[in-house]
Amino acid sequence: MYQFTYHRPASLADAEKLFTGADDPKFLGGGQTLIPTLKQRLASPSDVIDLAAIPELSGIVAASGAVAIGAGTRHADVAASAEVRKAIPALADLAGWIGDPLVRHRGTIGGSIANADPSADYPAAVVALNATIYTTKRAIAADAFFTGMFETALQPGEIVTKIVFPVAEKAGYEKFRNPASRYAIVGVFVARTASGVRVAVTGAAPSVFRQTEMETALAKSFTPEAIAGIKVPADGLNADLHATAEYRAHLVTVMARRAVARALG
Amino acid sequence: MTAVSMTVNGKAVTADVEPRTLLVQYIREKLRLTGTHVGCDTSQCGACVVHVDGLAVKSCTVLAVQAEGAEVLTIEGLARDGKLHPVQEAFREHHGLQCGFCTPGMIMTAVDMIRRHPGGLEEKTIRAELEGNLCRCTGYHNIVKAIEAASQTLQHREAAE
Repeated sequence: MYQFTYHRPASLADAEKLFTGADDPKFLGGGQTLIPTLKQRLASPSDVIDLAAIPELSGIVAASGAVAIGAGTRHADVAASAEVRKAIPALADLAGWIGDPLVRHRGTIGGSIANADPSADYPAAVVALNATIYTTKRAIAADAFFTGMFETALQPGEIVTKIVFPVAEKAGYEKFRNPASRYAIVGVFVARTASGVRVAVTGAAPSVFRQTEMETALAKSFTPEAIAGIKVPADGLNADLHATAEYRAHLVTVMARRAVARALG
Repeated sequence: MTAVSMTVNGKAVTADVEPRTLLVQYIREKLRLTGTHVGCDTSQCGACVVHVDGLAVKSCTVLAVQAEGAEVLTIEGLARDGKLHPVQEAFREHHGLQCGFCTPGMIMTAVDMIRRHPGGLEEKTIRAELEGNLCRCTGYHNIVKAIEAASQTLQHREAAE
């Protein structure tokens, strides 16, 4: 790891001030991605600004058809939250399947979505549930947030403060995970709300995406059979030593079918 | 250098560290508590598991400065008055180790797992909860048995109190 200066601000205002005053700063959430990245010398920020001591970023509030989760909330707390479990059980399931119990004790939802790893789980829930991402500057709709591989709409110095998930009538998440890293090789989150059905796919492409053909089919009939025949094109999908693009394309339909079955419980 | 203060195994400690110092380096190299191991150093194996404010974490993926003000518990802090912790005792009784390298992490994970499942633990849950700890000797069978037994011992103990 290269040297850096460490800061632990107690407010968002202080965190923003530190960011503005630093040469090449980086925000630190739970550190479960950033610390391994620093260890491999893949990043060399001048300043690391730890957001863990900022009280505004914590807490889960369920009210009026939505669940608001503070950006600093750890995966284990989302998984164990009675409010999340009651309002959106699929979201609690997803949080409980990230990494392993030890990683879930440190990693945060804000850190996960700001990092926008193509194989991360949370982006699928954010997009399928049509969540709104609140930052120190504005509110961003899920469809506008994830812009590419490790790329988001966040501007330099902008901090995610909370994510508000509308409650779905039915929702389910399924992932085919890499047994070593537990990241999603392909993960599919399906959600049916009053405004329709949304299907979001993570792990398959450089960034989370919506599978609109499945959304249309599921709007007509919300059953696994309704999408069983849909063939997802492999063009543009990720290929690596774990899975070819064709295999990932096949997995999208399989995971989507299972996610619908899970949503129907 | 950054000043950092925390409590480790009930004892207050303060030191000046480079911010890039990992919690595991601090524990092993500064405090000389070498029971916490470094296996993979890439957040996979769990040999470095310690508790920070009561939660099991991988200390190779936490900076020492992030533990400012925290209560840290390592494998050395489990035994009391020369008596092994019930989870340590169960690992001995059920031969839950062979080479012993992964054992400190396994035990710290097990203590946390048992705390989070006060109603008891089934084999399936134990195996799922051990996802973040790798053993390359024994194939987990006796580790699972040891955790199951320790969970029962601790439940009985609580019921008796």
